[in-house]
Amino acid sequence: MVAVLLDGLSWLCLVAGVLAALIGGIGLLRLPDVFSRMHAAGLIDTLAAGLIIVGLVLQSPSWTVAVKLILIIVFILFTSPTATHALARAALHGRVLPWLGDRSSPSEGAPSSKA
Amino acid sequence: MFGFTALGVLLAMALVLVRGLAGPTVYDRILAVNAFGTLTVLLIAVHGFLSGRPDFLDIALVYTLINFIALIAVTKFAKFAHLGGPFEQRSWSDV
Amino acid sequence: MINISLLMIMVATALGLVWLRNLLAVVMFSGIFSLTAASLWVVLGAVDVAFTEASVGAGIATVLGLASLALTRTEHEKRTRVFHLPALIVVLVTGAALIYGTLDMPGWGDPDAPIHTHVAPRYIEDSLAETGVPNIVTSVLASYRGFDTLGETTVIFTAGVGVLVLLGRGRRYPVANPRVAAGGGPGRAPAAPGSEGAAVPGDSGEMRFKAILRVGGKLLIPPILLFAFYTQAHGELGPGGGFQAGVIFASAFILYALLFGVPMARAVAPASVLRGTLALGVLIYAGVGIAGVLLGGNYLDYSVLAHDPVHGQELGIILIELGVGITVASAMMTVFFVFAGQDPQQVD
Repeated sequence: MVAVLLDGLSWLCLVAGVLAALIGGIGLLRLPDVFSRMHAAGLIDTLAAGLIIVGLVLQSPSWTVAVKLILIIVFILFTSPTATHALARAALHGRVLPWLGDRSSPSEGAPSSKA
Repeated sequence: MFGFTALGVLLAMALVLVRGLAGPTVYDRILAVNAFGTLTVLLIAVHGFLSGRPDFLDIALVYTLINFIALIAVTKFAKFAHLGGPFEQRSWSDV
Repeated sequence: MINISLLMIMVATALGLVWLRNLLAVVMFSGIFSLTAASLWVVLGAVDVAFTEASVGAGIATVLGLASLALTRTEHEKRTRVFHLPALIVVLVTGAALIYGTLDMPGWGDPDAPIHTHVAPRYIEDSLAETGVPNIVTSVLASYRGFDTLGETTVIFTAGVGVLVLLGRGRRYPVANPRVAAGGGPGRAPAAPGSEGAAVPGDSGEMRFKAILRVGGKLLIPPILLFAFYTQAHGELGPGGGFQAGVIFASAFILYALLFGVPMARAVAPASVLRGTLALGVLIYAGVGIAGVLLGGNYLDYSVLAHDPVHGQELGIILIELGVGITVASAMMTVFFVFAGQDPQQVD
């Protein structure tokens, strides 16, 4: 009973994680500028990674595997916001201005100073 | 089921790769590389379970750590066009 | 299925590499190429190769590529519009010859293929009994093929020495005094006018925000170092070994240098120490070989190192892996510090 429940929970996590990864990928493609795309990338780094890793932890055959998986997600949760934060600062520093509604059309791409 | 997860992750990798190729700014590419790295880590982890040998997570672990270093280096280069700025001249070593 | 998808991603990345003209983007895409290649190695079961690709290709190669971009100050590849017919012919002929060469190769997984009949069966069947090391890759590299690995380690040593000889002199920042730097609060110095630009929006809380990267990055350095030691020690049992451990160890220092500047990192790992350890690793490796000769065996024959040949093998493998790790770590650090440590104000 518990095994079936864990199995179902793990599949649920994996499917939700894959959906989050795909939504993040689509968002990374469709959103208009770097700063909004960061949100999509954040979805991949947090929700997708977290759910998939949790799903795998529930399936892990031994505790070493589970510990390594948990270490992976802990490191991802440490590194990725830090890197994104540095990236956002660098983008601001590089005079990339956030896209603010209709003032510039998304089809022309983000207002950019650096190619 | 693991196969489905792996394929979904691969599809997301392809989407992210397109953003990396399209740019337009260098920061978009850095963002894409970051997301691609995370997805690669997930793919390696899922593949371990798919092939029934989930003992090779060390590689995924290395990725998480090494990818961060590469990203910091790229971000620093994009911001300062230079990697080894000294601590005293404050603005260089700060990313 | 996963193989083919990964190969397609690799082809797309390679085409992107050819197409892109921004060299920074090219460096990043070679990183992506490495990531994909390493996933492919994992899928194919070559975990030791994947480990190396992960630590070297995705991390160090990207960082060194960027460092050389910073040195040469070129960000855009020159556009050449000349159509070079002889070059195209040479490339096509070479490609055709290579593809023709693959036709004679045995089928994938063919049990009668030369690679499976020559020495591989002995490695697979006897290496555990002969060396006491469960990871066949490690025992082959370190014991059966010890000479090759000695050569490779020497190549890395030579690369480090070459970089030192060519670029190691002058034009460097002075080494930081860590006490002054840590106590004097360099990060708290008033912003130099024009350096960051007061017009940048959202940059007002600058001092506080900078701390995020410093603290976040600093927190990661101990786990990276610990992981390097784990890789070094675990190389006999699982994927890993001296080479990968050395690269990971060096990348922790590179991260420190990225966050706090090369002078601070040089204060932690001074050039004189690195020069010493660079040679020390090769010395340990070659010394193990000499010790074998002195104890009455052949060069790099570890069986005579202990009373029991298997223990001797194990001891020898551990020692030479240590030597490889030390040399690789020092070489990587040396190359990075020399590349990134060039003062841009003095380069011209």
